[in-house]
Amino acid sequence: MTWPGLSLFSLPLAAANPADSFLERAPLLLRDLLTGALPDPWRWLANSLIAIVATVVVFASLFAVMTLAERKVLGRMQNRPGPNRTGPFGVLQPLADGIKMLTKEDIVPRSADQVLHLLAPITLLAFSILTLAVIPYGRNLVGLDLDASVLYFFAAGAATELSVFMAGWASRNKYALLAAMRALAQLISYELPLLLAVVPVVMLASSLRFTEIVAAQGSWAWGFFPQWFVFTPWGFAGFLLFFTASFAEANRAPFDLPEAESELIAGHLTEYSGFKYALFFMAEYFGMFALSGVAVTLFLGGWNAPLPFLTMVPSYVWFALKLFPLLFFFIWVRATFPRLRMDQLTRFAWKFLVPLALINLGTAAFWSLTTGWSGPLQLVRWAIAVTLVVGPFVVMGRRLSAGVRPRQYRYA
Amino acid sequence: MLPLVVIALLTLATAAVAMALRNLIHSALLLIGSWGGIAAFYLWAGAEFVAFAQVLVYVGAISMVVLFAVLLTRRSRTDIALAPDSVGRAFAAIVTGGAVVGVLAGAILSSPLGAGTVAGNAPAISVRDLGLQLMGSHAAALLVVGGLLTVALLGAVVIASADRAEKEDDRS
Repeated sequence: MTWPGLSLFSLPLAAANPADSFLERAPLLLRDLLTGALPDPWRWLANSLIAIVATVVVFASLFAVMTLAERKVLGRMQNRPGPNRTGPFGVLQPLADGIKMLTKEDIVPRSADQVLHLLAPITLLAFSILTLAVIPYGRNLVGLDLDASVLYFFAAGAATELSVFMAGWASRNKYALLAAMRALAQLISYELPLLLAVVPVVMLASSLRFTEIVAAQGSWAWGFFPQWFVFTPWGFAGFLLFFTASFAEANRAPFDLPEAESELIAGHLTEYSGFKYALFFMAEYFGMFALSGVAVTLFLGGWNAPLPFLTMVPSYVWFALKLFPLLFFFIWVRATFPRLRMDQLTRFAWKFLVPLALINLGTAAFWSLTTGWSGPLQLVRWAIAVTLVVGPFVVMGRRLSAGVRPRQYRYA
Repeated sequence: MLPLVVIALLTLATAAVAMALRNLIHSALLLIGSWGGIAAFYLWAGAEFVAFAQVLVYVGAISMVVLFAVLLTRRSRTDIALAPDSVGRAFAAIVTGGAVVGVLAGAILSSPLGAGTVAGNAPAISVRDLGLQLMGSHAAALLVVGGLLTVALLGAVVIASADRAEKEDDRS
């Protein structure tokens, strides 16, 4: 069965390169062991199914580990032990949470929009899983190697806020509706800096394909300095912008205004219970994993090893080693920063992140035009680029915080 | 051919139901589904880039604007069902829609059909080629579209700020 023109469904299968080390090829060898005997179209189907199941299973278990890690780390940061009753050091806590979520009563408000109320968590999780398909987790581990995979990622991610709106509106609850409107405003504000931070990477790698962006960062200057984009002035700024905006995209503190529990109870989650509530949580964590994975891919060299002799460690291990610190950072920020007010949130996006991202575009253009500069001119190039990054940051930061002083306490 | 029929039926059905429903939010969500159907059609036709751009722009951004407009202009939940405003307005809507249909029909009728429909004959255009085309020979069109969008954005700002002034007048 072949559909003409449907290139998405006729992608060539990745084949193991015999030059790679055994561990590098191990996932593909295992897959071929399972499906090697099947005839061609069925083999393609089985391989795709295995890729989907493997991605979902790996990230679902990471979700379980992450919920425990988040509670443990948050507890440690707030000077309390965190969960420690279920199993040794509380390691069985995710299991207990899972059983609890599955057995809890599922309540749907009588006046709710029944269909949308059910549909919202499902579409949210579906789109979150779709985003995981295009990230290259290793040299041979990419579910879908599209020509425009960067665009695919953001297209699939853009639909998640729509689900949050559906959840908020369908609940027939004023807090949920307020959360829905906040979610829309937040998306419109933060999608722009997120995309603008990615454009320089696409410009410098001259490709919209994640695998080619990783390949563009795969060499070492002077034999030891990795050519990751984060180690250039525009890449560093871009990484910070992308990571900041991804906090808002993933609905994480300090940008978790749609579900601010102190103002809106839990926003769009108010009228959800039982397994649907768990689906929302799962989708939030999947979104966090996907955005962190893309940050690793775009700026931190993807699955590339930091030093040439370390390439003997399999590429997917490097990807994980870069992903985990970013996830830890998500927890750390949640424990550290207070939640923003709505006007502060939008002002921060439009008056700070968007202009900085636009200037960063210019910096990247300058960097790409001056690739030929060498010797002392190289120093000039770095100096100009660093000034273009730091200067606007300092000036606009001052302007944004003008008139705002640290709170003063007076003791009578 | 079967996928095309399914996609076309879904796209047209969601659009038709969106027009028939009285609940504006439901209509908007179905309209978004219809836009998704158009993206699926592009995907079927092998135009990946256009399909993803369609999802990103329509399902991701324009849908937000539509929903926002509905939420901000309807005072209460019961107000969400909308009746036709007046005969003049309906007439204007029909004239505008007819003009768009005319332009599109003209474009479709004047384009040579049947050239690339043979299976395997479809030219493979990479994203790079597309970008070079857009930035090279079609740069002027791109700039015009950019200018148009900027004007629309400025217009929205003007309308929104006029609204606020009115409200403040009400209060005083």
